[in-house]
Amino acid sequence: MASDSAFKRLPANPAAVVNIWVEGQPITARAGESVAAAVLAAGLGPTRTTPVSAAPRAPYCMMGVCFECLMEIDGQPNSQGCMTQVSEGMQVRFQQGAREPLENAS
Amino acid sequence: MSAALTPGHSDVDATVVGGGLVGLAIALGLQDQGRRVVIVDEGDIALRASRGNFGLVWVQGKGDTCADYARLTRLSARQWRAFADDLTDATGIDIQLSQIGGLYICLSDDELQQRQQMLASMRLEHNDDYPFELLDHTALKAKVPAIGPTVAGATWGPEDGHVNPLLLLRAMVERFLQRQGQLLTCGPVTRIEPITGGFRVHAGKQWNESTKVVLAAGLGNKTLAPQVGLSAPLQPNRGQVLIAERVRHFLDYPTGHVRQTGEGTIQCGDSKEDVGFDCGTTTDVLATIAARAVRMFPLLEQVRLVRSWGALRVMTPDGYPIYQQSEQYPGAYLVTCHSGVTLAAAHAGPIAAWIDSGQHPDDFALETFHGQRFSV
Amino acid sequence: MTRADSNTSTDYVDLAIIGSGPAGMAAAIDAAELGLRVAVIDEQPLPGGQIYRQVSQPALQDRSVLGPDYYYGESLVKQFSTAAIERIGNASVWEASANHLCLTRDGRSHQLHFKTLLLATGAQERPVPFPGWTTPGVMTCGAAQIMLKSSGLAPAEPVVIAGSGPLLLLVACQLLRAGIRIEALLETTPAANYRDALKALAGAVSGWRYLLKGARLMAELKRGGVNRRSGITNLRALADNQGKLDRISYHHRGREHQLACRTLLVHQGVVPNVQLSRALGIDHHWDELQQCWRPGIDRWGASSTANIFMAGDGGGIGGALVAELQGRIAALAIAAQRKQLSDSERDARAAPLQRELERQLAIRPFLDRLYRPAPAFLRPADETLVCRCEEVTAGEIRRIAREGCAGPNQAKAFSRAGMGPCQGRLCGLTVSQLMAEAREVPVSEVGYYRIRSPIKPITLGELAAMAAPTNPVKAARKSAQKG
Repeated sequence: MASDSAFKRLPANPAAVVNIWVEGQPITARAGESVAAAVLAAGLGPTRTTPVSAAPRAPYCMMGVCFECLMEIDGQPNSQGCMTQVSEGMQVRFQQGAREPLENAS
Repeated sequence: MSAALTPGHSDVDATVVGGGLVGLAIALGLQDQGRRVVIVDEGDIALRASRGNFGLVWVQGKGDTCADYARLTRLSARQWRAFADDLTDATGIDIQLSQIGGLYICLSDDELQQRQQMLASMRLEHNDDYPFELLDHTALKAKVPAIGPTVAGATWGPEDGHVNPLLLLRAMVERFLQRQGQLLTCGPVTRIEPITGGFRVHAGKQWNESTKVVLAAGLGNKTLAPQVGLSAPLQPNRGQVLIAERVRHFLDYPTGHVRQTGEGTIQCGDSKEDVGFDCGTTTDVLATIAARAVRMFPLLEQVRLVRSWGALRVMTPDGYPIYQQSEQYPGAYLVTCHSGVTLAAAHAGPIAAWIDSGQHPDDFALETFHGQRFSV
Repeated sequence: MTRADSNTSTDYVDLAIIGSGPAGMAAAIDAAELGLRVAVIDEQPLPGGQIYRQVSQPALQDRSVLGPDYYYGESLVKQFSTAAIERIGNASVWEASANHLCLTRDGRSHQLHFKTLLLATGAQERPVPFPGWTTPGVMTCGAAQIMLKSSGLAPAEPVVIAGSGPLLLLVACQLLRAGIRIEALLETTPAANYRDALKALAGAVSGWRYLLKGARLMAELKRGGVNRRSGITNLRALADNQGKLDRISYHHRGREHQLACRTLLVHQGVVPNVQLSRALGIDHHWDELQQCWRPGIDRWGASSTANIFMAGDGGGIGGALVAELQGRIAALAIAAQRKQLSDSERDARAAPLQRELERQLAIRPFLDRLYRPAPAFLRPADETLVCRCEEVTAGEIRRIAREGCAGPNQAKAFSRAGMGPCQGRLCGLTVSQLMAEAREVPVSEVGYYRIRSPIKPITLGELAAMAAPTNPVKAARKSAQKG
């Protein structure tokens, strides 16, 4: 989880700050942005390992097509991080391999 | 596959029309007898039934109104292990056969009671040689901890099992090709012409000759059978299967409606191996299948559906197979059924042996499956 | 459940439009003005599509980064947002037929019935398989642009950009304007493409505005000191011991080079998003020039299926301005079909739009020839993962094709390629092309995956909630009797 892979926040128009938790770590996000963007801005990842070979993966297309950004968001496994907007207090976890069938079972 | 049919190719013993599970099993069985076999197959979007099935090797409840069908089914289930081992040894493909028993889950007491009565009458008919067990909710929960609180119980069939149907199809194709089988993907067979000493099978402008011809073309049999003096009164029936994403392993046994594959994906179906069929719109049917699956296993509620299958089942009026040689054109055979997975071992074994040598199996009366039962 | 509930106020409309990019927005505005009851469904909370993503609330302070072509979308979005249209954002359509669709929103599904459906689902980036493309840190140029638009985020440096197509240059310039250092811009466009493109120069000349734009982008990159190399082959992404991208290798003029980088942005053009049009059974044909499938539609956007229209990149790549024009033309045709407009009035109104459309499309033959991807990205080497979800390699697809596998649907069954959560979106084109190559037949003969609902994954619980409450028990009882 090296921070040298953090995406860079450019000078932006004002927006509310949203606090979320990623792998138990507090990060700040911009209101209206996706979970995947917030995670990349914090330099966190790889964001999952695959169920087939446990290979590391991270967001790829950012438009809901590739399903690489699947994460556990507020207890819901295999959520598309790039299609989910951040909300205050959100809990994000990185999945290792296949999801648990049960909510919050991991 | 772009190989062309060889005109005048007369050193072929049998042409099998249809490269699905049924045709492949027969072809493998004929190869076991040392025969040279050609399969003529329609192509990429033709294999609907074989690709859309549920993967059950299923015994319990099958043949409740036809004792010979129950016998055929159980014979196939017994021969399945050897059939699978042969495929795996030869191709290196693990088709994930597991025959440690299966569950037919009943949501209500009423349903459970009816199910028990049906199986009990089958046991009576088979002189007590018909194993099953009735599990109430507590007993079921002990076996399958993930079972939902409102499920009444289940019937347990120790002879039931399941297999990965896609790997099965692939292993059968590889095995067939290994033994110099010719698989011709050249579009649908348009005409079968009886000729001296055999048959000429036409697919468009191409044709192929062989001593015998086996019609295993699923619904395609309906139009081909009359060309060789047979009748295949088949109706398509849509069966739908939902496939959900991979989840960690939670279900050890196949059930009539829900099973977990070796990869971890979840299949939910309307149990076409064992049940009648739903009609109605796609959305309604899919929703009903999902609702039943979630009630059986509440942990599936948050699991995502990634695919669905609408496969066409090949149904005769009574739902049982037709195995029949043409009287008008001996050497032409009709093989049609809707349990291509369960019956694969029987098709590769006794049914192929009958086609090859005319020898009837001992375990059940083959005449039961003659098509003339529909013309009375 | 056939009625929409509190989340949406509508369960029946004259015209349902899927997608609120330029095509969907323009069609909706005009159709509403012509008196149709219109609903527009989009996966994003804000209208604009990917091209005008979040343009009504842009993240970036500096408007020069994304440039005027992006902010052009502001007025369209404004018109769309104030018109008498039912706007259903944050919603994914997971099933559609010729008279209804099912959409999921906030974890619940609804049905919407319609007389006419307009698919304005746009494009997706062409999948770019090459060794290492699944490495964390490899992303698409489109992804980088989406992050600029919606979050004001720029990729982690050092950045390398590799591939082919107009977006490649545009994204490079946009990042440069944002002050991001670009280590290298590696162009994979084969040299032969330049000669081939010259044949279509006539169209290019009439589309001179595009050529000028391209020349300006190149000049900007030069001024910015970007190391730009052309004729790149053998692109490969390499990971560090944590599995993250730390360098790439490539061949240039017969020699291998390596570059350290944290982000690699790749791009090989865009292709129509055909999931919904395929699921609806619309005819598709193989476009040899654009190397992709495109649905069969007429000059009004009418498809082979009655009452289903298409507009924008989903019906064939043309870009944002073309999409807007096609949306407006389709709206006229739909309104005329619904008798809101006479045929002669439709024709009169459409004529200037169609003339402008022709002007805008004049450049396409040139661009399509110039930016046709190198064969290595269309039919990658054996070791390359083709299906990212199920981790199936190109070699595996070739092997089963040679063994006699008839086409992509059987390949899917045999290899699991296309069975993962992306439902074949990132491997479908490649699998068809590989099978065509192995079987030595045209791609059109090989065909494509059969696409079925759900078009987007939904939970079993959500689907189950659409069943009538008594159904499962009744159905189970019925089945027990039959068993």
